[in-house]
Formats: sequence, structure tokens, C-alpha cells
Amino acid sequence: MTPATLHFVSGGHLLTVVIFFPALGALALLILRSEDHEWIRRVSFTVAAAEFVLSLLLIPGVPLGSGTYHLEEFHPWIASPPIQYHLGVDGISLFLVILTTFLTPISILASWTSIHARVKEFFVMLLLLEVGIVGVFLSLNLFLFFLFWEVMLIPMYFLIGIWGHERRIYAAVKFVLYTMAGSILMLVGILWLYNATGTFDLPTIQQMLQGGLLALSPRAETLLFLAFFVAFAIKVPLFPFHTWLPDAHVEAPTAGSVILAGVLLKMGTYGMIRFCLPLFPDASRRYAPAIAVLAIIGIIYGALVALVQPNLKKLVAYSSVSHLGFVVLGIFALQNISMQGAVFQMLAHGISTGALFLLVGMLYDRRHTFEIDDYGGLATPMPRLAAFFLFVALSSLGLPMLNGFVGEYLVLLGTYQVHWKWTAWAATGVILSACYLLWSYQRVFFGEVTNDKNRALADASARERWILASMAVVILWMGIGSPFFTRRFATSCQTVLDQMQRPWAYEAAAPRPTAAGPHASSSALGSSLERFGSR
Amino acid sequence: MLLLHGLWVIPALPLLGAAVNGLFGRKWPNNIVSAVGVGSTGLSFLASLEIMREFRRLPAEQIPWMRQYFTWITAGNFRAGFDLQVDQLTIVMLMVVTGVGWLIHIYSTGYMAHEGGYYRFFSYLNLFMFFMLILVMAANYVLLFVGWEGVGLSSYLLIGFYFLRKSAADAGKKAFIVNRIGDFGFMLGMFLLFRTFGSLDFGPIFAKAKDMPPDAIGQFGVLTIASLLLFMGATGKSAQLPLYVWLPDAMEGPTPVSALIHAATMVTAGVYVVARSHVLFTHAPTAMLVVAVVGCATAFFAATIGLVQTDIKRVLAYSTVSQLGYMFLACGVGAFSAGIFHLMTHAFFKALLFLAAGSVIHAMNGEQDMRRMGGLAGKIKWTYITMLVATLAIAGAPGFAGFFSKDAILFSAYQSETGGHILYAFGLFTALLTSFYMFRLIFLTFHGERRYDGRRVHAHESPSNMLVPLVILAALSIVGGWFAAPSFLPGGTDYFARFLGPVFGGAEGTGGEAAAHSLEITLAGVAVATALAGFFVALWLYIQKPDKPESLAKSLRGAYTTLLNKYYVDELYAAVVVNPLVWLSRKVLWQGVDVAGIDGAVNGIAESATAFGDRLRRTQSGNTRSYAVWVVIGALAIIVILFWPLIRPGAGGLR
Repeated sequence: MTPATLHFVSGGHLLTVVIFFPALGALALLILRSEDHEWIRRVSFTVAAAEFVLSLLLIPGVPLGSGTYHLEEFHPWIASPPIQYHLGVDGISLFLVILTTFLTPISILASWTSIHARVKEFFVMLLLLEVGIVGVFLSLNLFLFFLFWEVMLIPMYFLIGIWGHERRIYAAVKFVLYTMAGSILMLVGILWLYNATGTFDLPTIQQMLQGGLLALSPRAETLLFLAFFVAFAIKVPLFPFHTWLPDAHVEAPTAGSVILAGVLLKMGTYGMIRFCLPLFPDASRRYAPAIAVLAIIGIIYGALVALVQPNLKKLVAYSSVSHLGFVVLGIFALQNISMQGAVFQMLAHGISTGALFLLVGMLYDRRHTFEIDDYGGLATPMPRLAAFFLFVALSSLGLPMLNGFVGEYLVLLGTYQVHWKWTAWAATGVILSACYLLWSYQRVFFGEVTNDKNRALADASARERWILASMAVVILWMGIGSPFFTRRFATSCQTVLDQMQRPWAYEAAAPRPTAAGPHASSSALGSSLERFGSR
Repeated sequence: MLLLHGLWVIPALPLLGAAVNGLFGRKWPNNIVSAVGVGSTGLSFLASLEIMREFRRLPAEQIPWMRQYFTWITAGNFRAGFDLQVDQLTIVMLMVVTGVGWLIHIYSTGYMAHEGGYYRFFSYLNLFMFFMLILVMAANYVLLFVGWEGVGLSSYLLIGFYFLRKSAADAGKKAFIVNRIGDFGFMLGMFLLFRTFGSLDFGPIFAKAKDMPPDAIGQFGVLTIASLLLFMGATGKSAQLPLYVWLPDAMEGPTPVSALIHAATMVTAGVYVVARSHVLFTHAPTAMLVVAVVGCATAFFAATIGLVQTDIKRVLAYSTVSQLGYMFLACGVGAFSAGIFHLMTHAFFKALLFLAAGSVIHAMNGEQDMRRMGGLAGKIKWTYITMLVATLAIAGAPGFAGFFSKDAILFSAYQSETGGHILYAFGLFTALLTSFYMFRLIFLTFHGERRYDGRRVHAHESPSNMLVPLVILAALSIVGGWFAAPSFLPGGTDYFARFLGPVFGGAEGTGGEAAAHSLEITLAGVAVATALAGFFVALWLYIQKPDKPESLAKSLRGAYTTLLNKYYVDELYAAVVVNPLVWLSRKVLWQGVDVAGIDGAVNGIAESATAFGDRLRRTQSGNTRSYAVWVVIGALAIIVILFWPLIRPGAGGLR
């Protein structure tokens, strides 16, 4: 199917459908009786699975070797201020959407038996969460983006706060406050950009900045960059903004952790690629060394702190800090190979860490504890689960031919081409990840069973095996067939780097655009409307 | 020319075996599992023989013969393909890996017959074969790294095979992590090569490197640094100083694993990588010197530890570390084909030593301490004879395999320009130690008085599926050396060096001039004398004066305990690296920075905001009188502000 036919078949609304289909599902759930748990689960799983299939339609929608947006939708939405409903997908957002739609049905399956209270609300929240996340990845309008960004917080807040563990309220509030603190900065930045350009439309603003229609003073650019960057850095989370993460993860129910680690964190790194670099290239370049240092600290620090965690779930949470450090490093090395590595690492981490949280959740379902000391010798009663756990741990520590290797390797390889010292430091993370994963694995699974409660634990059930097997297949596929992915976002990564080029010189070419604000904005809007009118 | 087009078959067969046994083997009886495991490896061996046959007919310009299968990673100008290649070096490695590997698979069907997890063992063993074959057939560094890490994984799984034992699980983990430290260097080396050459395929890199001017000694150019980084990886995988610590512990694994992975094949991967990258190394004399010195030092160091160990497998483990040192010494002085030759002969006799040791352990119902053996020669005759052959080979008895390969290395070291005589002296002394500790092992195990409880242990000979591999390896340990019988022997030609010539170039030191001949004969004589000396010392100490070792140990208590405790290197690493790192992570980073520092600050802000709000809340007390007070205060404030221009001091007042 060519993109054009696809666009035609879907009536030009494929992206809208992909975003809001789960919301329809949530509505359908509302009709069901709350006691009808079995049907609630079935319906929500069916909806999520159908959503996954729908999202696969996006793959033919993004042609190989293309770096622009596809399947775009552009409609006037609010007249004043002028806000358009603008959606689009490129190679980078493509797989992030699919990652979301893949992990959601998996999380629903994982919650099949472990959620007992308010079952209906739980699945409604999970589906609404999906709406918010997919919306974030597909929005090309800053206002719309912000809207989804904030909308996503609400279901996550409830998921942690209602279905979480002991300290759930503390964790939920901390999660929301942290994110909001960043969001407010970003909102100021968005409003500033609107004030200067008269539009919220991302491609239009991008064109104006790149074409010299709008020139930011270095000071303004720096402030704007920081406003966006801090919001994203908190989300990632980048050291030292990470302390919400361990709490949120430990307290969240398994499904919440999977989505949180799997995709929510990537909204931060996605934002950096989509907004920070193309809109504020000079500031990005200026701050890249500092950010890289933070990323490297995160890699090493996250790994070392993970090493000494007595709580298995916290260990996985800190390992995310470490792995996301690679992503941020790859982005701010400002280099094609490392950027592709960063995008790949986002996907790989989503799968591997998602799978780790699933496995930890399965252990919790049986023993109701995350303490490593409460386990030991589990390989004897549950050989299958042990085998899956090892497989996932190996993918997480970057064993070649599994998914974790490709991202890490490309990030390090690409970064080395420009800053070998960064790579040398970051590569120590490769040693440390082996340390914390294998050490914890040994303490949980090897040795004799010492605690009698562990002696008769059931091995993975059929449902669990299906979940884990599908994760394992993806891990293997991404590890061996990585070009399927990288070929689809390679050009988009290059486009981001190209957008960082400013062909004109600041002083000479640019008129004083802030002075000519209203004029510039009207012409910019005109040009963007013209762009869509001409199709 | 059929199989050359399907090179992938060779690694795919064991992979298939691993998958089949791993997924379905649990419910199968042992003989089906063995059939899959041994069969897949055997077929792989046959395929390798066929490849060798076809390879010999290839015209020289088609070597290295390469097949590209699919692109595995690509980004920008970087491409890592699933590309396999065959050249003379690969052929040698293929023969060693599949041949010795197959024999060890056969042996395992006997050795592991009564162990639980039989299917798991063969699945892992086949998985190892897959990765090892990838390693030696890869046509680029990234694919090589796949095999490199993969054999590390298999090693982890197999060392920890008896995972119920903490020591085994610890040893597996230690092996993987120490290897990762080396891999850190290996990865950086790859990145540097890519930055320099824009590719990680062997062909382009070596072609370009060949034309580059060599670095001077002490000059740290790109090639020197890249070589050193690759060598760092090699020290991890091949257990050289300072990363050798994992190998002795790896003896926790089943004995066939020790024979296959930790003696014959995997641990030689580092030597293979150095030999494979010889173009880089020969352009980096500093790196060559480092390789030679590290190899020589390791050979000597490990041999000294081997002198006093009492666990039969540990003696062999330190011996392996020591012999690997010889191989690096050879590479370091530029005698790559001698290094690979020793790799091959060592694979024969060291695999044999381990398998024979396994047979001894089998006979002794699991006993590994030589102090509780003795006098076994008559009871397990076949094991004794084959192990004696291997001992003669490793000690360098004339005519046996080790004699030729060790001789070639010592001769090359002696001729080396930088520090050759020192390297030679240490190498020769190590040969003395080798001969001593090996005959010590033989005497303690097979000769002298019986030191075990004959009522509880009935020493019995192993079944034929264990003995046949021993006999074949014994034969190879004798004739394996004649491939390279130096030309000073009547009718002898160094077939081995000639075969590898196209890979390493013609600049091999062995053979040729008449002056070298007489020197080589002299050195060989010295080496034989040294080996004899080691033999006689062992004979004197352990047969003629069996009380002497104990009194010696007493009189040299300091040296003895240091050696017995392996120079306390493990303790040193724990005290200097491991424990401080854990302490730093736990006390400083986690509890200090994370919980008290960052989270403390965040919660502090939250708390002060709450406290501030709390104060504010008190003003909204609902008390009418307090509101009245505030109204009055507010009104007064407004009045003051309004009239400020008039009442301000110096404003002139209400005039």
C-alpha cells in the first residue's frame, strides 16, 4: 500500500483514528457493568489489540528514505488564538507510536489477574493513557502537543494513586508535581513562541526560524531552550531530575510501570529531538557538552545506584536512568549515527525494561514482595520464568544479537566520532550493567531455595508465557533485523540535524523580526495555510 | 564448490542443535539429546572438512573467501553485515574448534550421563559452538564481537551450570564481568578503527593499514592505540594479566566445559584476534612490545601459582593461563604462525589433560584434591597413559606436539630485537616450571602411595565414549607437532607456517638461513634440558623424598602461602575495586546523594511550601475579631501609602 492509497482509504484521518480509537474503547467499557470483570478485560484487550493493528498501518504510510511528515491532518480548530489541529508522523514518531500500542495490550494482559479493585476504572485509565501518549507523538501543533502532554498525566496519576502499592499517594503526587514543574516552563516557552510568531504550528515556526523570518537573540534562544529542555529532562529523567522515577515505579502497578518506563520516559527524549534541537540549535550546541556530562553521570550513577538496591523494582527503575542516559548522550552528540542509536535505544529500552517490569510484576503476583532477599533459588521452582528473565536481562545489558546492543553500540560509535572522551566514560556503563543485572539475577534465581515460601511457586502460566514470548520475539527481531527500524528513521534523524543548520547569518540577513512581529506572523500563517491548500 | 557458498551452514548446525535441545530436550531421554548435540557438532565438523577440501582448490586471489548474508546493523555510513569469511587462519581455527569440540561433545555423553539438566548442558554447549564459529568466521569486527560476547555468555551459562552452588554462580558472574571489562577496551578499539578507516570490515581496514607508516616505538598513533585497545579485550577473554582472575574460578563448571571452553577454544579467542589483526599490530611496535611482555609475564606468573595448587583442575587452569601467555609472547615478537601453532597443539594436549583429569575425577567419585589421590596408574590405565602423553607434550619432550610449538616460540623470542633475551629467559624458566608442575601432577595423582579411602572409593576406568576421545587426542598430541617440524630435522618442513604464510606474509622468522639452524638446534637442546630438569626435580620431590615438599613448604612459609593464595590478587581486587565501589554506590551515591541530597532538597522545598501555606492558612482563622484587626491594619497601610509623599521625612510636611 502506498502512502497515497493509505491516506485515501482512511479518508485522510488515519492518525486521528489511531489517537482516539482507545478513547472509544474506554467509552465502550463505561457501558459495561462494573462487576463484569471478565468482559471488561476482554473488551479492553480487544480494543488495545485492534489499536495495535491499526497503528501498524502507519508503517506503509512512512516511505523508506523519507524525512518529512506523512499522513498529515490539518484543520482549523480554535479561531482565536489561531490553533490548528495538526497531526503528522515521521520515522521517529512512527515506532514510538507502535511501541505504545504494542505495550498497552501487553500491560492489559499483565493486569488480567492482579487488579481486583475498580477493575473498570483501571482499564479505562489505561486506554485514556494510551490516547494521551499517542497524541503526544503525533501532534505537530505546540498547543495540541501540550494538551496531550498534560492529559496523559491524569490517568497516570490515578493509576499510581489508586492501584499502586503502600506509598502510592506520595509517589503519585511526586510524579505529577515534578512533571508539572517542567510543564509550566514549557508552557511559558510555547506562549513566548506564539507571541513572537503568531502561531502554534510546529513546522511553521520551524520554517520561520530556519528561514530567518524570526531570529531569536542568543539570550532568548537560551531561555527558550532551557524552558523546553528542563521539561523534557524531568520526563526522561536526566540526572539530577530523576528522583521521582524510583518512587513512581516502585509504587505503580505493573501495567503502570511498563507504560511509564516503556513509553512515558521517551516523551522526554522525543521532545528533545523534536523541539530542542531544530528550534534552538545554537543553544543546543552550546549546552550539549553540559548535557552530555549529565547524561554520562546518569549512565554511571544510575548503574551504580542500581547495583546496591535491595528492592528489585527499584533496581530496574535506576537501570532506566542509566539506559536513558545513553539516549540523551546520543541525541546531544549531534551526530547522525548516534542520533539513530538514540532513537533505537528508546525503542529497545521500551521493550527490554518493559519486559523486566513485567517479570518483576509476575514475581510480585506470587510473593507480594520486591525485596531481593526474600527470593533466592527461584530457578528451581520456576525454570521457564528464570529462562525468560535471563533472556531479558541479557538484552538489557546489551548482548549482541539482542535489541539492547544495537542502540547502545550506535550511540557509542557515533559519539566516538566527535567526542571520544564522552564515549570512553559512557562505555563503562556497559560493564556496570552486566554487574547489576547478573548480580541481582544470581540472588533471585540461583542457589538453593532458602525461603520455604518460594519452594512451591508456580512457573509461568500460559498467559504469562504468551506475554513473555511476544516480548522475546521482538527483542530478538530488533537485535537481528535492526535495519528494518533504522532505515525508516535514518532520514528523519538527518532531517533533524539539517534543521539545525541556519543558512543565513544573524546580523546581515535577518530583519528585526520581533519588531515586525504581527506582520511576520500573519505571513507565516499564510504560508502554512498555503502549504496545505495546495495539496 | 558447493559448501563454500553456504558457509552459514557451519555455525547454523550447532545453533539449530542448541535451539532444538533447549526448547524440546527437557522431556527427551538422554540418547536423543546426545544425538542432537553430538550430531549437529559432528556435521559441522564434516562440513568444515569439506570446506577445507574446497578451499585448497581456490585460486589465491579469491582468498579470503567471503560471503555476505544480510545487513545486521546500519546507520549513516556504518554497516555491520552478517558476513562470513574463510582464509587459512580461519581453516586452522575451524579444524580446532569443530574437531576438538566434537570429541568433547562425545566425551560429555559419558561424563554427564548421570547429571541432571542433561539437555540444558548440550544446549549450552552447542550454543557455545555456534558463537565460537561465528567468532572465527566473521569478516568484520562487529560480527566477531557477536561471537566474542556470545562465547562469554555460553561460558557464563556453563560455568554456572551447577547453579545451586553459590561458588559456581559466583564464578560464572565473575567470568562475564571481567570479560566485559576487557570488552570495554575492545569496543573503544572498534570505534577508533571506524573513525580512522570508515569501516569495520577486515578487508578495507587491513588494506589501508598496510599502507600506513608504522608508528615508532613509544609513539602512540592511531594504530598503536587501536591495537592496545583490542589487546585489552584479548587480556579479558584469554585470561592474561591483569584480567586472568576469572579463569581459575571457571573450573567450577563441568570438566568437559573446562576442556572445551577454558582450555582449547574460547580462551584462545584473544590470541586469534591479535593474529587476525596482525596488520595493525605489526604497525604498532609499542603494542607488540606490550603484548610480548604481558604474555611473557603472565606465562611466568601463572606457572608459579600452578606449582603449589592441590586441586587437579586448578593446576591445569593456571597452566592454561601460562600457556596462553606463550601464545601472546609469540604474537608479540611477530611470530604469529608460531602463536597459532601453539594454539593448535595446546588445544590438543590441554583438552586431553582436562578430559583425562575429568576421567580421574570420575574414577574418584568427584574428588579433585590430588592430596587424596595417588597410586592410580594401575587402576585407570588408559587415563594414565593418555594423560602422560599430554604431559610429555606440554612439557616439551622431543617429538611431542608441545616440543615443536614451544620451541618455535622460544626461538622467535630469542631472536626478537627488543628485549628478546629477557623474554627468552623468562620463557625458558617458565618451561622449567611447566615441566615441574605437570610431573608433580602426574606423580601425585598416579604414583606413590594410595592416599584415599579404598573402602569408599573404588577407582574405576571410564566408559569407552570417554576413553575414545582421550586416545584420539593423545594421538594428536604426538603427531600434531609434525605439521611444523622445523626444517633442521631430517626431511622436516614447516608446513604449518607455509600454509599460514599468505595470511601473515612471508616475514616469518623460522627456518631459512644456516646460522639460524644451528642456533635453533642449540636452543632446542637447552629447552629439552630444562624440561628434563623440571622432571627430575618433580621426581625427586614427589617420588623419592615424598616428605620433602612439606618440609620445604614449612621452611619457605612466606613464599609458599603467597603462591597458595595466588599472590592475594583476588583479595587485592576486592579490597581496591569491588568493595569501595559498592560502598561508594550504597553509602554515598544512593543514600547520600540520591535520598538525602536530591530527594531531601526536593522534599525540603515541598515541605517549606507546605509550611508556608500552613502559616498563610492561620490568617484565615474564621475569627471575626482577627479579621477586624487585619482590616484596620490594611486601612492604615493604605492611608500611609496614599499620604506618603506628604508625610515622608523631609517632604516639607503639611504646609
